[in-house]
Amino acid sequence: MTQQNRTPEGGRIDRGTPVTFTFDGKRYQGFAGDTLASALLANDVHLVGRSFKYHRPRGIVTAGSEEPNALVGVARSRAKHAGGEATPNLRATQVEIHEGLAAESQNRWPSLAFDIGAVNDKLSPLFVAGFYYKTFMWPKSFWNRVYEPFIRAAAGLGKAPTKPDTDTYANTYAHCDVLVAGGGPAGLAAALAAARSGARVILADEQAEFGGSLLHERGAEIEGKPAADWVTDALGELGNNPRVTLLPRTTVFGYFNQNFLALAERVTDHLAEPDPALPRERMWQVRAKEVVLATGAIERPLVFPENDRPGVMMAEAGRIYANRYGVVPGKAIAVATACDSAWRAAFDIAEAGGTIAVIADLRAEPPAALVERAGSLGIPVETSCAVTGVIGKTRVKRVLLGRISDAGVLSAGEVEADCLLMSGGWTPNVSLHSQARGKLDWQADAGAFLPGDPVQAQRSAGSCRGIDGLAEVLADGARAGVAAATAAGHAGEAPSFAATGGDAGGGWWLGAVPHDRDAARVRAFVDFQNDVTAKDVKLAVREGMHSIEHIKRYTTTGMATDQGRLSNMNALSIASGALGNEIPQVGLTTFRQPYTPVTFGTLATTSRGDLFDPVRKTPIHDWAAEQGAAFEDVGLWKRAWYFPKGDEDMHDAVARECRTVRESVGIFDATTLGKIEIVGPDAAEFLNRIYTNPWTKLGVGKLRYGLMLNEAGFIMDDGVVGRLADDRFHVTTTTGGAPRVLAHMEDYLQTEWSDLNVWLTSTTEQWAVIAVQGPKAREAIAPLVDDIDLSGDAFPHMSLREGHVMGGVPCRLFRMSFTGEAGYEINVPPSRARAVWEAVWANVEKLGGCAYGTEAMHVLRAEKGYIIVGQETDGTVTPDDVGMSWAIGKKKPDFVGKRSLARPDLVAEGRKQMVGLLTKDGKTLLEEGAQVTVERSPARGTSALGHVTSSYQSPAAGRPIALAMIAGGRDRIGETLHVPMPNGGIAVEVVQPVFVDPEGSRLNA
Amino acid sequence: MLLISCPWCGVERPEIEFRYGGEAHIDRPAQPADLDDHQWAEFLYMRSNPKGLLAERWRHVHGCGRFFNAVRHTVSDRFVCVYKTGEKCPDLEALAREGAQ
Ligand SMILES: [Zn+2]
Repeated sequence: MTQQNRTPEGGRIDRGTPVTFTFDGKRYQGFAGDTLASALLANDVHLVGRSFKYHRPRGIVTAGSEEPNALVGVARSRAKHAGGEATPNLRATQVEIHEGLAAESQNRWPSLAFDIGAVNDKLSPLFVAGFYYKTFMWPKSFWNRVYEPFIRAAAGLGKAPTKPDTDTYANTYAHCDVLVAGGGPAGLAAALAAARSGARVILADEQAEFGGSLLHERGAEIEGKPAADWVTDALGELGNNPRVTLLPRTTVFGYFNQNFLALAERVTDHLAEPDPALPRERMWQVRAKEVVLATGAIERPLVFPENDRPGVMMAEAGRIYANRYGVVPGKAIAVATACDSAWRAAFDIAEAGGTIAVIADLRAEPPAALVERAGSLGIPVETSCAVTGVIGKTRVKRVLLGRISDAGVLSAGEVEADCLLMSGGWTPNVSLHSQARGKLDWQADAGAFLPGDPVQAQRSAGSCRGIDGLAEVLADGARAGVAAATAAGHAGEAPSFAATGGDAGGGWWLGAVPHDRDAARVRAFVDFQNDVTAKDVKLAVREGMHSIEHIKRYTTTGMATDQGRLSNMNALSIASGALGNEIPQVGLTTFRQPYTPVTFGTLATTSRGDLFDPVRKTPIHDWAAEQGAAFEDVGLWKRAWYFPKGDEDMHDAVARECRTVRESVGIFDATTLGKIEIVGPDAAEFLNRIYTNPWTKLGVGKLRYGLMLNEAGFIMDDGVVGRLADDRFHVTTTTGGAPRVLAHMEDYLQTEWSDLNVWLTSTTEQWAVIAVQGPKAREAIAPLVDDIDLSGDAFPHMSLREGHVMGGVPCRLFRMSFTGEAGYEINVPPSRARAVWEAVWANVEKLGGCAYGTEAMHVLRAEKGYIIVGQETDGTVTPDDVGMSWAIGKKKPDFVGKRSLARPDLVAEGRKQMVGLLTKDGKTLLEEGAQVTVERSPARGTSALGHVTSSYQSPAAGRPIALAMIAGGRDRIGETLHVPMPNGGIAVEVVQPVFVDPEGSRLNA
Repeated sequence: MLLISCPWCGVERPEIEFRYGGEAHIDRPAQPADLDDHQWAEFLYMRSNPKGLLAERWRHVHGCGRFFNAVRHTVSDRFVCVYKTGEKCPDLEALAREGAQ
């Protein structure tokens, strides 16, 4: 028998289009228009999952996005064919079924009906509030081996997919005058009113169909039409207006500053065979002049023992399933309530052919009209009556009733029922108002927090601000729509919509329901998804949690995917009772983005794979790739790391490259260096103030190493600066530092020294740089240079010439070295760089030279003790710390950072200083970042003297070398220190940080 | 994401075009050497960090590239006004009183 719970007629499903789907491998039938939840309920399937902590059997509770239990994994036909995996943690209440959809329950092993993890339920005393903090504390070593694997295995939301997502996602930006979040009666009225005023409107609703409660409102009429027909007309009007964008299946999940909102549109999940060109989801980033929040209200569960059993549902959900989907979710349905609206659910279900076993109202005197109508429908009514428990484990079998009296709660027998509808009244949905930083006002008579004054250009309308009654809600929406349009610069009058029916009525209940059961043995759940009970909340208070934010974190109540939209008010009420404090004093936790979970694909959209980040390549890149270079990422740049030959590994290749540079010549792509052209009458004075070095006397055609500090006196960048003319300098920066250095210079130039006549221009992309280093460097470039005298006298070390290479290619030729060998850097326009490179390469190859990569460059510079900013320095290092006091222009009255160099901490004894380290055994390569101590095996808690900053196998030294920052390091030269490692301390000798040619004679060769 | 007006370009642009530059109107001393350690530390590190209106520096880094100043409310992130570097700091207390009304 299939669809045994389906009514013979009615609902918005398409009974002419049956749909076959599977749940946990079993085939079921539903109809087009069903959600997975409604189709399962049509087949009398309530048990759909196991809870997070106790693995208790759980059923479908709601009909909306606040669903706490019915989280499923869904494999869609399209993703499945493309090799994709099931998407976990989708709410069955939002998943639209289509032919071939395969859904699976979660949190159970090996099967939903028999779950081994359910032993947690029996061990529940171990899992009380704060159990994470209490149980998993000690000993520390248990964390990795015992606690964490246990928590990971037990913490069972769905499994994350292991393969890359095969779906595509899109992103779009939009602007509008009025964004309306929520397409129920208030939202539709607001959209109509705003659109009629001429505003550009976006109307978004998380459901497949617009209309909200109007889609299941029997008997309500608007403008003389059945409510659902009015919805159709309203959508027709909005759809025909070119200034209106309708976004169904679209959740407004984030409300950010200045009315910037993020929306997730589910584009194809509901389709069996979607157009492959369409994305799975689309992220909308909307800047709205005005926002209308029409997000409705959410029905609140009653907190009674065993309120989590499958078959226990929200009353309004029961009404939605009956009226909208033609599903009566049980053969005998009991209703437990404290408010009028649940009676309406009972009446609608009875009229749809269902059997209502009882209406148990906590109130002594529910409205007489309701009682009368129940009588006419033959529904038994109990007043002052609480549901005190449920018999049945994987499905409600019987419902226990208790009579509330002055003497407490007395048993009032039990009722046979396989479904129990509950309602504690309505909680206005203030999530987005709260995200928009709007305050909330406590309304004691309504037992609800309502939106207070908005901070942003937004207003709430309808039941999300506590308005009740269909006519009132429509009027409120229309007013809000016109007000928003007017604020956005349009004008209009609020339309009025005559409406009858659809009133929710009054009554509400907060907190735990009284009962006559053994309090120690029963559990009444507050937060279904996180398995938090009323007892847990009370225990948290007893254990000293007095703020709701602490209670939330201690118990995890409200931390589930619905962010407590179902649970918060009950938890708050129980906490305030336990604290003996009023609800507003206890406070409400903050609602944050996202409103409902958003899949990572939608957030990433196209920013994945090759499009994740831009890639910068030099003009030499393809040549290096053709030569088989290995590349490394330096910022966004791809840099040639080393050039392996034959079956060389990295170590062999780097050693060969280093030796070749020292013996003959190497060619290196230095294009990624940052370059800034500094021009103007005050250029030299500007450099004087920005760099530690003096620049006034630097001659035209000369280079100087420049060191840059921040105002606190710490090294922030370095590079070689050349003077092209009295008023023109060519500045180089580190590869990663270029934007930061230019910003730093602009900052001082614009905001401190605007009197200086100087212009700064980034020229990083205007010059490719070919470094040629080694004893044969001059030989390698000489045949290509047109008009520059390369002789040592005419063009000594640290000089610069402008000229041409290769018969007319303009060039800035630097004679400089970052290797300790004589060398040149040929700056040419990028368009000619590859040709020049290949010409130089031909000569280098003839001379027995090689191309070398960044790793060899690092080794060569470390052998000379040249620092790399960011490797030897870490933002706390001064010039003196790295032995560079020589770079400071002592006579300059001021430069950025100068005053700070005299601060007490920066001149104190014992600062870390750069030194060299040699391992005593001559063989062991130290690890960069390793700590350095006096003792071989220092006592626990001993502070390190410093750490290793650079460590390489040095071909020139024939042994490993290292640079390190060591407290008082220069005074320790000759001492033996230790580098403690897991396998024992390594003895090292402190040496001068230069390992090759300390006199620098090779530079001038 | 904030919307910020650049007083040089005269346009309103999204926050990603701009870079924050800390509190405004902290002038670098003309003669740093004349300051004692305490005074220099005040200049380097001490900022007002108010809960309320703050005059702060922004740079339209992906636009005109120029620095300007803005008065922003640090709780609501609302921009009260923007003005060019070199122009005087508005009376923040008066602005706060206006905003309260
Ligand atoms: Zn600008």
